[in-house]
Amino acid sequence: MSTSETTESRSRGKAPAGERVADWADGRLGIYSLAKANMRKIFPDHWSFMLGEVCLYSFIIIILTGVYLTLFFHPSMNEVEYHGSYVPLQGQLMSEAFSSTLHISFDVRGGLLIRQIHHWAALIFLAGMFVHMMRVFFTGAFRKPREINWLFGFLLFVLGMFTGFTGYSLPDDLLSGTGVRFTEGAILSMPIVGTYISFFLFGGEFPGVDFVARFYSIHILLLPGIMLGLVVAHLILVFYHKHTQFAGPGKTNKNVVGMPLLPVYMAKAGGFFFLVFGVIAVIAAIAQINPVWAIGPYRPDMVSTGAQPDWYMGFAEGLVRYMPGWEINLWGHTLVLGVFIPLVLFGVVLAAIAVYPFIESWVTGDKREHHILDRPRNAPTRTAFGVAWITVYMVGLVGGGNDLWATHFHLSINAVTWFVRISFFAGPVLAFIITKRICLGLQRRDKDKVLHGRESGIIKRLPHGEFIEIHEPLSQDAMYTLTAHEQYKPAEIGPTVDENGVERKVKASEKLRAKLSKSYYGPDSQIPKPTVDEYKEITSGHGHH
Amino acid sequence: MSSQDIPEEKSPAEQGAHVAVADEKHPFADPGLPPHEHRIQDVDERAARRSERTVALLFTVSMLATVGFIASYVAIPHDKSIFVFPIGHLNALNFALGLTLGLALFSIGAGAVHWARTLMSDVEVADERHPIAAEPDVKAKVMADFKQGAKESALGRRKLIRNTMFGALALFPLSGVVLLRDLGPLPGTKLRHTLWSKGKLLVNMNTNEPLRPEDVAVGSLTFAKPEGLEEDDHEFQNEIAKAALMIIRLQPDDIKDKQELDWSYQGIVAYSKICTHVGCPISLYEQQTHHALCPCHQSTFDLSDGAKVIFGPAGHPLPQLRIGVNDEGYLEALGDFTEPVGPAFWERG
Amino acid sequence: MFAPADKAQAEESAQSLTIEEGKKLYTVGCASCHGTDGQGTSDGPSLVGVGAAAVDFQVSTGRMPAATSQGAQVPKKKNIYSQAEIDQLAAFIASLGAGPNVPTKDQYDPEGADIAKGGELFRNNCAQCHNFTGKGGALTKGKYAPSLEGVEPKHIYEAMLTGPQNMPSFPDTTMSEQNKKDIIAYLHAVNSDETENPGGLELGGLGPVSEGLFAWIFGLGALIAVAIWVAARTAKARKS
Repeated sequence: MSTSETTESRSRGKAPAGERVADWADGRLGIYSLAKANMRKIFPDHWSFMLGEVCLYSFIIIILTGVYLTLFFHPSMNEVEYHGSYVPLQGQLMSEAFSSTLHISFDVRGGLLIRQIHHWAALIFLAGMFVHMMRVFFTGAFRKPREINWLFGFLLFVLGMFTGFTGYSLPDDLLSGTGVRFTEGAILSMPIVGTYISFFLFGGEFPGVDFVARFYSIHILLLPGIMLGLVVAHLILVFYHKHTQFAGPGKTNKNVVGMPLLPVYMAKAGGFFFLVFGVIAVIAAIAQINPVWAIGPYRPDMVSTGAQPDWYMGFAEGLVRYMPGWEINLWGHTLVLGVFIPLVLFGVVLAAIAVYPFIESWVTGDKREHHILDRPRNAPTRTAFGVAWITVYMVGLVGGGNDLWATHFHLSINAVTWFVRISFFAGPVLAFIITKRICLGLQRRDKDKVLHGRESGIIKRLPHGEFIEIHEPLSQDAMYTLTAHEQYKPAEIGPTVDENGVERKVKASEKLRAKLSKSYYGPDSQIPKPTVDEYKEITSGHGHH
Repeated sequence: MSSQDIPEEKSPAEQGAHVAVADEKHPFADPGLPPHEHRIQDVDERAARRSERTVALLFTVSMLATVGFIASYVAIPHDKSIFVFPIGHLNALNFALGLTLGLALFSIGAGAVHWARTLMSDVEVADERHPIAAEPDVKAKVMADFKQGAKESALGRRKLIRNTMFGALALFPLSGVVLLRDLGPLPGTKLRHTLWSKGKLLVNMNTNEPLRPEDVAVGSLTFAKPEGLEEDDHEFQNEIAKAALMIIRLQPDDIKDKQELDWSYQGIVAYSKICTHVGCPISLYEQQTHHALCPCHQSTFDLSDGAKVIFGPAGHPLPQLRIGVNDEGYLEALGDFTEPVGPAFWERG
Repeated sequence: MFAPADKAQAEESAQSLTIEEGKKLYTVGCASCHGTDGQGTSDGPSLVGVGAAAVDFQVSTGRMPAATSQGAQVPKKKNIYSQAEIDQLAAFIASLGAGPNVPTKDQYDPEGADIAKGGELFRNNCAQCHNFTGKGGALTKGKYAPSLEGVEPKHIYEAMLTGPQNMPSFPDTTMSEQNKKDIIAYLHAVNSDETENPGGLELGGLGPVSEGLFAWIFGLGALIAVAIWVAARTAKARKS
């Protein structure tokens, strides 16, 4: 808008200093071309579009605080006798990793705060990624052209889990050591290679003296390095694809409606970083996290009840807890199914959500770009699948905390475990059916709203004594918004006889696809949108209600 | 590249027109972007001033909070404890630093967002999208370039070069794999042996004294380590991870498993403390039911019946150590465990 | 000088009087489950040989007399006996068979004990059931290890000595008097009204589960509330 103004004010040799710096940079980096496309880039306004920013900012906060922590943390398992400020551990033998964590917590001013910010931000980072991923899932934002970015995001979630886990293990306290012991047991359960991998990872027998140093380089360098690259790629793709938007007046598949990056989103997104950091700092001021001094140093022969990992590993913990103890001994070898099946399931459950976009696009056969988001109700099968997946995940979380459920709700731990075992199978099925029904109900309600108008809450008595509620016709904005979604037709198996009358073989994959497509888009899975004819028929009849 | 169509601005008075009932002919058609509506700040300069002052106030609060942060850092002793209702006793420095830092950051953010929301233009603009896939002529040019490049390299024609190159590229990562070999020793039979051997005394971990049968009462729970293993030994962690024992005493009549009875001494039974599931120290011993529960994954073992698994994910019983009493009346091991302790593994058999 | 025999006799008769009183209390409050002579019935275990310490613990913490013998475990509740009555009951039970005595104050007083050693002992012997700072935890089939918050040192000592309900005992022969003192001192340091939680809210002291819930509800919850504010439309000027 004001670009013409600046061009005019530029007189040769007397450009303002800022412009001269920019010219200098442009001659070397080409920043003007870059800025032309991006400076006034449009971002749509919706709170759920900021969930990704919560993740980005907590990631940055984790990196900043993490760098600070490395200045004081000693990733060493050398045994030392503690003589710091914390009295209840005076004179105890512990690893240097543990004692330096105590040092950070009690003797470095602000060290405890940074540690707590780091840990709280990690929990929020993972929770943010989970919710962000679900937002993208339920609105269908993963569809073409964003499938690759969906995978980048998924990888970030998985890598975040392992970065978190390796970080949680570094202080070498009794709780995290128990978690590492569990990891060792899980690795040992792998057929053929497990024992070797375990010996290589721990530099010999568990716990050895190596794993803290090894986890340290994985935690601070390898995994965050990969994640940083993925975050950058993720963001570049967000810019390149331009953000999706919900249907609404003036919003089409060919545009993006919102506010420009400069200045509005620069201020909003930039400000949001400080808001996120501020909220996490306040949480770190008032709520204690991972008090390793109370937990004590790790000893493989000691344990505390309530031994759980951080929440993002909770569902894996649940899988392990409710698995029955199956073990097969054959030909001098042991197949530890009781541990190995959960280990495999952990991957399978995560992979299920990761590959879903590709399955859906195969079923629909849709090759077009999609930039308008679905309302979850308008994609009942997808929504139902998503809720079923969350159910499996949540059942895992409940199972992972079965002992706390038992003590806090006065239940038997055995009963909780059995409940979870059954829910693992029944829960997702029920969730799927119920969600689908709710979606269809909402679709019906939308249709009624479009055809009959909105319930006004005003009750009118007709001359002959009947009471009716007056329905107000919707505005065109609302009607457009409620009818903007597309509805697929179930895919048919093509003609089974070719033009020469020769019968062709229908491939099994083709049959499966037709079947899936029917379950996605058949008459039981979507309510046909109101048509213009239906609308006209109803509105032309007088006294609609 | 991106063209922006800015909808015509209308004064607030004109805006009522847009709420119109649907177009009769095309009731579901896209009515287009609604016209911009002004905010209070757009039409009332006093309101805009108020917003400006609010933003400035927030930034000022941030500055003060940062000063507060530095002051707290300098002034508050790092070990000072204070009582804050309803949180409880906490470290004063952590509390002060966190709150001032949080306030300083939050105020910057709140100021910037308030500025954006109330004073920067809130006119919605539409930005066009363009298909991501390239036009056919672009694609044709790229394919032609690629073909030419491939042809010029002669990779397809000179197969010897191609094959040896693939060979070289496929082999060299092996060096990296080989380099990982020294990450750790081979397992050998290490997982099969513990420090226990015939004649080793059972040392009480609480008192560091060898146990005698009369020390161990029915219903009590004691943890033991092999004699000679001290906490400051270099190998202590690795050894105790396998050798830790849980000692209980049952009425001999209560022992249901014959081998358990044979391997016990007057009802004193020594079981491995390490869970056979994934290796947690399992020691939640219920003296009335004789069950031991693992706190990590709730495997439950019946210690009166050969430590049979009666619930949970563990696959086999806890190994029992055969014990007896030596000439001086101390409890001793009669050998090592006869099976590997701890989590199962492929070679366990 | 008094004749020692007289004194002994006087003490003995005082003692038998106490036992007599205890028996009366026993008959009213305990005999229906534990049998008229403490031999035990299908509703309650034998009390022969459990000792005075067990009685003092069970009755002072309100666990005994139990409301019912059903249920996974007898919970702690308000004590309805005076200390004198408890002493009488304890004397009666002790007279049925030798068992651990009620500890004296210098046995359980944590003054001067080694807190750090106590911590190590606690993590080895107690934390597996009671959690690392004694917040309690689950056992099988609805049983649980209770929280040790606010439990008097004397009762902690007695519990270790006698092993109430499903808790195993830790007799002096395997866990010395000094060990027990150290444990009591440690508990006092990490789980009492004066315990400092440097980082702020303790969140139940339960570890990652409550931390995760807090991060979701208050962490992510607060951030979503903020995001809604950031993304929301600013109020429009009133239409006229």
